[in-house]
Amino acid sequence: MKFAVVVEVSALPGISDPEAATIERALPLLGFDRIAELSAGRIFHFVVDADDPGEARSVAEDLSHRLLANPVIQRADVTVSPIEVSA
Amino acid sequence: MTAERQVNVAVVVFPGSNCEHDAVEALSSLGATAELVWHTTKSLDGFDAIVVPGGFAHGDYLRCGAIARFSPVMDAVREAAEAGLPVLGICNGFQVLTEAHLLPGALLRNAGLRFMCDVVECEVVSISSVLTAGASVGQRLKLPINHFEGNYTCSVAMLRELEAGGRIPLRYVSNPNGSMGAVAAVSSKTGNVVGLMPHPERACSHLTGSVDGQVLLQSFLQAAADEAAMSATAPAGRPAGD
Repeated sequence: MKFAVVVEVSALPGISDPEAATIERALPLLGFDRIAELSAGRIFHFVVDADDPGEARSVAEDLSHRLLANPVIQRADVTVSPIEVSA
Repeated sequence: MTAERQVNVAVVVFPGSNCEHDAVEALSSLGATAELVWHTTKSLDGFDAIVVPGGFAHGDYLRCGAIARFSPVMDAVREAAEAGLPVLGICNGFQVLTEAHLLPGALLRNAGLRFMCDVVECEVVSISSVLTAGASVGQRLKLPINHFEGNYTCSVAMLRELEAGGRIPLRYVSNPNGSMGAVAAVSSKTGNVVGLMPHPERACSHLTGSVDGQVLLQSFLQAAADEAAMSATAPAGRPAGD
């Protein structure tokens, strides 16, 4: 079976995120004065061939922890969805 | 140097490295032989020390050093580190060594999001590393920096461990990039693996404005000579790691 995986990588709480801070500082200039707690991150999309959703998640989490995210400074949130194959 | 034979240094080159020739020039000027080693090399046998130079290894894609960590040569770098050989990561090389978990912490974008290209003053904090063994605590060195991701970050507990263990060879006198504790360099527990953001190899000639990098690279080469002499009599190396 094929599974669509989305991995969202973002800074761990407490880790400085100067990009997000810079964006947030610019918001009032555009009139967005009710926005707070902005964070910036990256999203990775890929397809995993696995026997079941658990195996797909396991592969995706392994990849996330070993390459896509640096656990010292980042967290990775993994979402797995089966890809429907029309008959 | 008191070495009976020339110290032989491997300077690792990744696609995107760009300070390797500066490193070879500086090390050669201090009496060592330095050889460029492509990142697909699997063995570093015969070398007394390793330098991972600056640049943009593998284009710095994903994170600085994230892909370089998986280059074939990195297994040999890890083995050399574990055997007690001096391993020095400069700038991008420091980032590679943190991603490879040979040094703790990580390097984030500079606070203020500016690329820093300047000469900064660094103070020697600890002489328990191969980089600073020949320097004096409190000594101030003028060294060039040239980076976007030099903002050293680790947990508060790790920072305390580094401070208590004498694992911060250099601090910035005036913090240019937001690094925790103004950390400019970090060493492994055993002191033989060191990473730093400043470029000592670009401060080894009066032509480039400072020769303050010489004391650091001389220390590094002396440590390599000492380690080689020790290995010749007792082959078992020392353990290394975070």
